[in-house]
Order: sequence, then C-alpha cells, then structure tokens
Amino acid sequence: MNLFGFARKQRRARSAETAKDRLQILLAHERSGGGRGGEADYLPMLQRDIVEAIRKYVSIGETDVEVRMERGEQMSSLEINVELPSEVGSKAG
Amino acid sequence: MTADLKEKPALGRVIVITSGKGGVGKTTSAAAISAGLAKQGHRTVVIDFDVGLRNLDMTMGCERRVVFDFINVIQGDARLKQALIRDKRLENLSILPTSQTRDKDALTKEGVEKVLDELKQEFDYIICDSPAGIEHGAQMAMYFADEAVVVTNPEVSSVRDSDRVLGLLSSQTKRAESEGADAVKAQVLLTRHDPARVESGEMMNVEDVLEILAVPLLGVIPESQAILRASNIGTPVVLDQPSAASKAYEDAVRRLTGEEVEMRIAGERRPGLFHRLFGRAS
Repeated sequence: MNLFGFARKQRRARSAETAKDRLQILLAHERSGGGRGGEADYLPMLQRDIVEAIRKYVSIGETDVEVRMERGEQMSSLEINVELPSEVGSKAG
Repeated sequence: MTADLKEKPALGRVIVITSGKGGVGKTTSAAAISAGLAKQGHRTVVIDFDVGLRNLDMTMGCERRVVFDFINVIQGDARLKQALIRDKRLENLSILPTSQTRDKDALTKEGVEKVLDELKQEFDYIICDSPAGIEHGAQMAMYFADEAVVVTNPEVSSVRDSDRVLGLLSSQTKRAESEGADAVKAQVLLTRHDPARVESGEMMNVEDVLEILAVPLLGVIPESQAILRASNIGTPVVLDQPSAASKAYEDAVRRLTGEEVEMRIAGERRPGLFHRLFGRAS
C-alpha cells in the first residue's frame, strides 16, 4: 500500500501542486491589504504624504519619490527612494 | 404565523451567477441552473446583465424572439411583461434579455432594484447572469443578490478572480451594506473539471480549490462535450439529452434549493486497487 501511495504522491507533485502553492501565497497578500483585493491601495497615498513631508524641508517634485513594494512569502519589504535636488541645483532655482 | 405565511407568499430569491474571469461558464451555468429550477417546478426567471454583449438569449435558444429588453424596462420604454420571454419548453421559465446596443451605464441601481422587486412578486427564483469582470455591470448583477454561485475553473487565474469576487460579495452588496442582514450566501460551482488531468497532477483537485477559496461547494461540472452541443442548439444542458454534465447541474440545482445531495465527483474518489493497477481505462 505504501508503495502505491508513494507512486501516487510522485505523480501528484506536478503542476497542480505549483498552481495551488502560487495561489495560496498570492491570495494571502491580496486579502491582507484592506479586504480581499484591496492590496497596497495605500501606496499612492503614502507616496503623496512622503512628498509633502519632505517638501517642508527640501523642495522636491511629485515624481522624486518612488515607493515600491516587494512581496515575499515570509515578509514583504517597502522600498522608498527619494531623489533630492543637488545643492547647486536648488540654489540656482 | 402559518396563516401569515399563506397570505403573503415568500418573495423570490435573487441568485447571481458570477466569476470575475470570462469564459468559465457563467452563462452556460445560468441557463442550466434556471432551466433546472424550472424543471423542478419553481417559477424561475433568468436575467442577462451583460449589456452590450447579449448572449443568454442564444444559450437559451430564444434569440429570435427578443423584442424589448431589460434596459427598455429600466428606462420606462417597455413594461416588464412585454420584455419577458416565456420559454417554449418550460412554462414556468422566463428570460429577460439585455440590450445589444446600449451602454452598461444604463443599468442604474434604482432601475435594477425596481425590476427585481417586481420579479420577486412573480417568481420563486431570479437568476442574474453577470458579465465578466468586476465593473459596473458585474456590480449591478451582484448588488441585490441573496445568494451567489461563483463559477470557477480549476485554473490559477480563475481561482484568483473568484477570490476577488468573493471579496466584493462580502463588501459591495446591499446585504453587506445593510446592518443586521445576513451575508450573501456564496457557493462555488467548479466547472470544466477533468478527472483524468486531476489524476495525473496537471489540474488542481476540488479540495485544493475549496481550501483556497474557503466557501462551500455547490457542485462539480465535468468537462463535457454535452456543453458545446447544448449551446450549439440553444438548449440549456439540463434540457438536452442526459450527460454527466447535465446530471451534475441537476445535482447542483437540488442543492441550491436546500436538498442534501451526495457530492459525486468523477475521478476523485479514492481509486480502487484495480484502477491503481490498471489505470483509468474502462
């Protein structure tokens, strides 16, 4: 019986298994961000707020802040890139 | 209490057939389920919400009898009675076709509600055939639903979209917005299930899909040649010659009406020793 079970498991471990795993990881993320499907809806707002906060001190444009989300199985990371104007550029402008 | 019930017959139940993804079998299922309900004696109407891409009429075989449509009724250009098409095979089955030319924005929440309220007086079941996607037409199809049948194929994009739609059902419907109302009762109808491919590990099995979506199973419709045949001749599959698919739809319909029907899933019982040794050839 074990022999058959083993053989069956081997056959099962094909693309269907991959499909299920991929779905489970993806949907866990999609569901977490404010209800199903609302994932990372806040990123544009976060980007806007960061721009506003920085603008209190340095003059930057709307597009100078880049927010990127990297979703992993165990954890996700949020990458925020702020492009500051060079001293010379800001003085000249 | 019972006297009360007799005087006021229960209002019809609104059931949306939805999926998110296109081409998974929504219209086929809407046709089969509504015909199945009517066949059991329930007064049933099936409504096409896919404004601009009318197709339920062809699946039901009444495409040449469409005069007025759902949008005409909403906009007051025709009365509901004029737009309803009585099925030629089942006298308690009616079809409300949609418009082929108008825009989906013609579906207003107030207009849809008014039509549904009127239908609830006359019918036991109101089946709403949703368009694909999650835009306005699909939202209108699900908004007033009491129940939902989420049609899903055992395939990644279909399952993902079904998950999305389940989220909308639990947040963007009248029941979700009304305090104290029961949630929309959502069930999965797994279609295009291919036991041979499940067996060989190429296709997710029923359990896999249910584990991901975490909602009850209404039925499993096997991949079948009977489906294309039925659509070719404009007959809901349950009214055509018996097939594995028509049988599966009939079981699903009985479950929908609250009957307990054992789930028979072709090819997913534990295979017997004979099958394990000699494969699935029969």
